Amino acid sequence: MPVRVQREDFDAGVEIAQLRAANSAVGAVACFIGVARDRNDGERVATMTLEHYPGMTESALEDICTKAKSRWNVLDVLIVHRIGELRPTDQIVLVAVTSSHRGDAFDACEFVMDYLKTEAPFWKKESTPAGARWVEARDSDDTARSRWAHDNDRR
Amino acid sequence: MKLTVLYFARLREALGRDREEVVVPVDVTTLAQLRAWLVARGDPWAGAFTEIKRIRGAIDQAMATDTTLLRDGAEVAFFPPVTGG
Repeated sequence: MPVRVQREDFDAGVEIAQLRAANSAVGAVACFIGVARDRNDGERVATMTLEHYPGMTESALEDICTKAKSRWNVLDVLIVHRIGELRPTDQIVLVAVTSSHRGDAFDACEFVMDYLKTEAPFWKKESTPAGARWVEARDSDDTARSRWAHDNDRR
Repeated sequence: MKLTVLYFARLREALGRDREEVVVPVDVTTLAQLRAWLVARGDPWAGAFTEIKRIRGAIDQAMATDTTLLRDGAEVAFFPPVTGG
């Protein structure tokens, strides 16, 4: 159940190949890649800088993986999250989930992202033509997360 | 009780520091009481904690609520809502 926080870019193909290599029980891999956009809230974004809370970040991500594994029939979960300065089109985060069947992999992958958005201590600061600004948390992220409070694993 | 207090993101910038060591009186036992004690010191804490909405806290690197108890030597962190992913 690997969790990594790093400045370097990642190769999703390599990561997924490694995740499922040693396990012939894997029948499905679902993955999500978050990417830096060139616009946010009506402004052009030149760069985005990601700050985090070393130590707590890793334990928060591991806790999210553990929650996903206890809720679905998941074989493995991988989270790679970048920090530092990123530019539009750069990759920010990779979540990959392996399971025997697709339903568990799809749901667990979405669950991990919804929890990561609201529980993992990362903060984004954007540089725009109007100056630098901290990205505001979105209510829609809280809404997305709260869906999982109910017991209906398949929505 | 002696505590290390960490600040992140917009709150860190507003306070002009990323950490401080504090010794709080015996009646400060919860996260909410620590926050109130910091704010009672005046600016920049009073201004920053009022201006920045929905500040969250962690104790020993785990998300905490207003009523979570502090412990001597704890690492306490305050920060704005998270925006990763």
